[in-house]
Parts: sequence; C-alpha cells; structure tokens
Amino acid sequence: MKILVCISNVPDTTTKIKFKEGNKQIDDAGIQWIINPWDELALTRAIELKEDASNPIDEVCVINVGEAMCDATLRKALAIGADKAIRIDANPLDAYFVAGQIADYIKKTPYDIVLSGIESSDYNSSSVGGMLGEFLDWPAISSMTQLGFDGDELNIHRAIPGGNQILQLTPPFVGIVQKGIAKEPRIPAMRGIMMARKKPLEVLPAIELKALSQIVEFEQPQAKASCKMIDAEQLDELIHLLKSEAKVL
Amino acid sequence: MSVIAFAKNWEGKFKKSTYELVSYAKDLASRLNTQTLVLSIGEVDESELEKLALYGADRIISVNDSRLNVLSSRIYAEVISQFVRKEFATHILLSDNNSGKAISPRLSVKLQAGLAAAVLDVPKSLEPFVVKKQVFSGKAFAYVQIDSEKKILTLSKNSFGVKENPSTAAIEYFTPELKEDLFKIKVKSEESSDNKIILTDADIVVSAGRGMKSPDNWKPVEDFAAALGAAVACSRPVSDDGWRSHEEHVGQTGKVIAPNLYFAVGISGAIQHVAGVSRSKCIVAINTDPEAPIFSVADYGVVGDAMTVLPKLTEIVLNGE
Repeated sequence: MKILVCISNVPDTTTKIKFKEGNKQIDDAGIQWIINPWDELALTRAIELKEDASNPIDEVCVINVGEAMCDATLRKALAIGADKAIRIDANPLDAYFVAGQIADYIKKTPYDIVLSGIESSDYNSSSVGGMLGEFLDWPAISSMTQLGFDGDELNIHRAIPGGNQILQLTPPFVGIVQKGIAKEPRIPAMRGIMMARKKPLEVLPAIELKALSQIVEFEQPQAKASCKMIDAEQLDELIHLLKSEAKVL
Repeated sequence: MSVIAFAKNWEGKFKKSTYELVSYAKDLASRLNTQTLVLSIGEVDESELEKLALYGADRIISVNDSRLNVLSSRIYAEVISQFVRKEFATHILLSDNNSGKAISPRLSVKLQAGLAAAVLDVPKSLEPFVVKKQVFSGKAFAYVQIDSEKKILTLSKNSFGVKENPSTAAIEYFTPELKEDLFKIKVKSEESSDNKIILTDADIVVSAGRGMKSPDNWKPVEDFAAALGAAVACSRPVSDDGWRSHEEHVGQTGKVIAPNLYFAVGISGAIQHVAGVSRSKCIVAINTDPEAPIFSVADYGVVGDAMTVLPKLTEIVLNGE
C-alpha cells in the first residue's frame, strides 16, 4: 500500500504577518517557512504506520504544488522520514488549482491513501482534501483523528461535533486529518537529514488548469482599544460591566 | 440566478448558525434582486422547516430521506449540486462548520464554482464578486475575488448575525437521484464525548492555560464554566502535555472560535493563541503577570491568581451579583 501526503508550505506559526505593494502581497522578508502543522501530523502518522512492519505500507511520498522555495520544506519532510518527494512546479493560485494538479498526478501514479491536513495555517480554506476526493471520485474522511490497521482492516476515527465516529471503508480514500492523528510532529534527526540528501525530489511541470478565485487584497486587523483593568478585590464590578457595558452576559 | 443556502440540521433541529446563514442568504439575494432558496437534507419535521421562513427563505426545499440523516460529504455534495443545476442557482452558501467545510470543496469541483471559505462580511462588490475572509487564522484578512459564474461561500459564525425577515414560504420536496455506490462509507459505531456544550457553538468559553500550574487545578475552571453555561477550552501547551484533551485546544493549530465572551485564564497570550480567539466579541484576561501579552488583546483584565479569582467569580455569578 502506498501513502501520499499533501504538503503545504506556510509561514512559521509565530510569524507576524505583514504585507507589501499596497497590501497586495505578503512581505516574505524574514519569514521562516515550515510544513503546515496539520500536514506535518499527517506525515508523522504515515511514517509511524510504515515503520511498524506488521502494517502493509510500502511507501510514503510527499507532494507539494509550489515554486522552488518549497524545496527546503520538502527536504525537511524527507528528513522526517518520507521516502520521496514530488513538487509540481507552479505558483499555487488557489485551492482548486492545487487540488487539480495533485489529482492529475495521482491519476497517473496511483496511491491507496492520500492524506492532507484539515486546513493550512495560511489561507484557512480547508479545501484541498475535499476537492481531491471529488476530482478522484473517492470518499474523503473529514476530521480524521485516528488511522491504523486492525489486521488487514483499517481502523479509522473521525471527529464529529460532540464525539467520534468509527468508520469502515476500503482504500482508495482521502483522509483529511485533524489534531490527534499523531501525538507530536516528528523532529528530523541528524541521520534523517543526511539521508534526505540522497532521497529523490522530483520536480514536475504543472498541467493547464484555470484557477477559480484569486486574492485581490489583504488587510491587517485593527488594533484593539485598551484593556480595562479591574481590581481583583472588586470582581462584582467585572460581572457588572460584562452585563451592562459589553452586554455579553 | 438565485441564492441557495444549505440548512444543516442536528438530529432534526436547526441551530442559530443555520438562521444566521439564512439571514445572510436573504441579504445577498436582495442585493442580487433574486430569490432565497433554503435546502434541508435529511429528515426534518415541517414545524422545524417552517422556522426558516422567519429569516427570509422565499422557498424551503426538503430532501426528506432517512438515508441522509447522517452527514456524508460526498452524498450531500451530490444532492446539493443536483438541486443547484435544476434551479440554475448561482450563489451557494454553507455555514463554516464541520459539515460546510466537508461539503463545500466537493461542491466546488462538481460545479466548477470558486469557493471562498470562512467569509466574514457581506460582499465588498458584486461585479466582480469580492468577499472578505479570514487568513492566517485571524492574524489578517483577505479579499477574495471569485471569477467563476457559480460561487460558493462558507460563512463564519457570528459574522453577520441572525436577522428576522418573515416570509410566507411553502415547503417543497426534492428527490435527488443517488447511486448506491455513494453509500460506501459505513459508520461502525459512535462515541460521544462528555462535553455537553460544543466548543465551536458556545456563546461563552472559559479557557485556561499553563498558569493553572497543574492538571489537578481545573475544578475552579469547570465550576466557573458550569455557572455561566460556558464551554471549557485550553491553550496549546496544556493539551500538548496531556493535561486536557486535544478537543479543548483553541488557537491557530487547534480550534478557531468566535464566542460572544472569552475568558483567558492563566494564558499568556502567544500570537498563535490569540489568532484562534481574536474574533471573540469580548475577551477577559485573568493573569498573575500584569505584563502578559494577553492584556493587549483583552477588553477587560484582572491581575490575580486564578485559584482565588475564579471561585469568587463563580460565587458572584451564582448569587446573581
């Protein structure tokens, strides 16, 4: 069985986002780029599954749609333990464009399980996984919190509001992973970093595909008015203000 | 041209977020000078369906099929797209919750319709069609232009509000054609968590962090939340260390929430945490450190120890000031 993990290249989560050229573009000066945190958890789980020899996993591959700057992030994925990496060489215009490129690759190079994070920490659209499911006409498991094997059968949990569902299905499918899928993302070890240099990172041309949407402008949130401090000995004042001034109680 | 809102039900009942979506759909339809169609999937009583008219539905359409009581994004997207094609609808609206997030990407591919997710406001312009959405988990906003003829939006909670606009819509029924192989995913069993109040739905959230010092100190947090009818949440370090479940983690990589009132207790206010809660209408920070960054994003602040402040607040709430 082969697993493909979709990787989005995003600014480190501690980044303070700034824009340039009249709020038309992200100011990337000083930004550290990382694997999208949910994609990193998906990759970690895929590698854990492969490492356990009792599971029928032969290969873990990562894929990204992006320009050459993404190679460093893909090398990190290889250092963590992916067997190979694919980069489709294009500016990722919108989620539809990205999913269409990845789906085209999967149609030519079949995989059994495709994983993607539930959202990317940059554009928060939660779209690529579901779109892949539709492009491929596969089921897609939203909010997947567990993926394992029970003998030959897959053991899959999905979070639903107020609980969990345990699902029965057979590959191929898209798993859209939520926190919980792996305990902690794996940090690359020195040996992994050395090995990553020898692993294949294949760059493929993009197919012709029109994006359906575009970002025309960014905006910074407005600074909040100053915080009203309440004495810890006069807490009834706080409750009173929440009722009468903020009107939220 | 018409506007379709997908009205999700939970065990046959609609929620505030459903009514907010219908209110938004009505507003958009008025701007476009067209009708508001509201589509419900799964078994829902007519008395419940009728409530949708209160918020401006011109037509209420029910797909009253018991096989569709459990959400399947694949099947729901198929049902909605068949209905969209039948009605030649142009604008398709869903709530930005679990179901909306699961259905809308599939719908986008089926209909070749551009998707703007987590929309925060009415369109900035209709021609071209531009909407404001959250990006970088609330650290910034983006204006997204949808270039396709059909357009899909998912609406963020508490971004438009519930607005009454009574109409006299009759209830219609729609029967889609569904192939058997769509029902491929089987639910073996279901577990429900102990949390009675769903975090992403809650109007009030009490959230605590490392400042609580030990997982054994959560009782005052839970008591205060119970007194307010609030959901309990936590910061990332607390869930990473296993003090609390991942389900309670709010922040950039956890749940992004927008309650009316958010209490940040013993939470310093790292940028990733603030990103996940910045859309809260009112933030109250309780922290021993007066320099904690959380105070710069809070509306009200108390410098003090949560272990003494929370029990006092609980008492005040329970005794009605």
